[in-house]
Amino acid sequence: MEEALLFILIIMLAGALYALYAKDLLSAVVSYGIVGFALVIAFLLLQAPDLAIVQVVVETISLVIMISVLIISTREDLQETPVAKIKGASYIQFRHMMYVAAALVITGLFLYFFVASTAMLPAFGEHQTRMATEYVQHGAEKTGAINLVTGIVFDFRGYDTLGEATVLFTAVIGVLAMLRLVGKKEEL
Amino acid sequence: MNGMSLIVKKITQLMAGIIFLYGVYVMLHGHLTPGGGFAGGTIVAGSFILLIVANGIRVFGLHREEQLSSAVESIAILVFLLLATAGLLTGAMWFFQNYMPHGTPGNLVSAGLIPVYNLVVGTEVAAALLTIFLGFVIYKAED
Amino acid sequence: MVLFIMCFILFLVGLYGVITRRNLIKIIIALSIMEYSLNLFFILIGYRKGGEIPILKDAGAVPPVVVDPLPQAMILTAIVIGLATTALLLAIAIRLYRKYKTFDVSGINALKG
Repeated sequence: MEEALLFILIIMLAGALYALYAKDLLSAVVSYGIVGFALVIAFLLLQAPDLAIVQVVVETISLVIMISVLIISTREDLQETPVAKIKGASYIQFRHMMYVAAALVITGLFLYFFVASTAMLPAFGEHQTRMATEYVQHGAEKTGAINLVTGIVFDFRGYDTLGEATVLFTAVIGVLAMLRLVGKKEEL
Repeated sequence: MNGMSLIVKKITQLMAGIIFLYGVYVMLHGHLTPGGGFAGGTIVAGSFILLIVANGIRVFGLHREEQLSSAVESIAILVFLLLATAGLLTGAMWFFQNYMPHGTPGNLVSAGLIPVYNLVVGTEVAAALLTIFLGFVIYKAED
Repeated sequence: MVLFIMCFILFLVGLYGVITRRNLIKIIIALSIMEYSLNLFFILIGYRKGGEIPILKDAGAVPPVVVDPLPQAMILTAIVIGLATTALLLAIAIRLYRKYKTFDVSGINALKG
């Protein structure tokens, strides 16, 4: 179980790293698909079939949208100019060293907080349900739905769902406003 | 963009209806089986996106379609809010109370308002994703 | 524990991408990777050894060990929202491309001031 999850996480890491370093944007998007579809298998192994169904369709649609964006624009990644050819290279290299140092410090801080917070969490698989015990034991009779996740989404946590639906609505309005489909004649 | 070959067009026209029905099934059985409004909505949107990708962008009157799906999305979220609020009029104690009779857990018609919520949220998600996709497609067509 | 650490490394990979890449599309991909790692982390916390899926056979019989349904309900909505926000970012990126003919964030200098 843990080994299988570890394997899937390694695949996700490889896909993520390749997506960041690919020269062709299309292959970057495809290897981003590796991350999403590996996540589907991880959800199935972790006993979350609801999430797996949603994730597999959402990943497909997001790949379609990303590829449609690449078709409109370009597939080429940017050409990186070598640092040595730029004027004032020594100053840039000094600044670069400063950036690396700052990044290391911030990573260290993140790592410290991560270790401090996971020390309070139980180990993997040892999770004790506190509030969810009530949901599991009496959720079916209180909501009438034997799918406990749906019962929580629409009954116990209805406010959350309303908020998420509002965010979805706002995002769609934002997309339409950004692409400016109505007033298309005027230039930016 | 005129779409793909005749074989692909025919097959997608046959398949899209089945995928659409499967999405509606997932929505309606959300309180019994894995799935629910969010999963079913994305599947329904996927069936429409499949049709558009395979048949090209001239199939539908796309501008009209985009306004229609945008309106459907707005109406769905309004109905969702009204359903949640309507309980206060019928004597419920709080917002989002499940004020309809619950029935026997495990039956198709049970769980009170939850199947209705599933259907409404599924419609909203499907219309939202379709609107986003149509937005990009129309943007490309205008280029 | 090692799974938590791997998940955290995946988050850091996404953060590294957001900071260092200059291409807008790659920045959006890195943001999505961060979001995926967060989703996975929530579900990893909610897992219980030998737990069954949170769907009962019938109302009376609750299995002895069930995985926590609460994180699953939270993440279920977050996945769909993630797609919508990614699409919003892509819309902004394509809009910038139309004006500046490039995805380079350091090339879009006219945004300053």
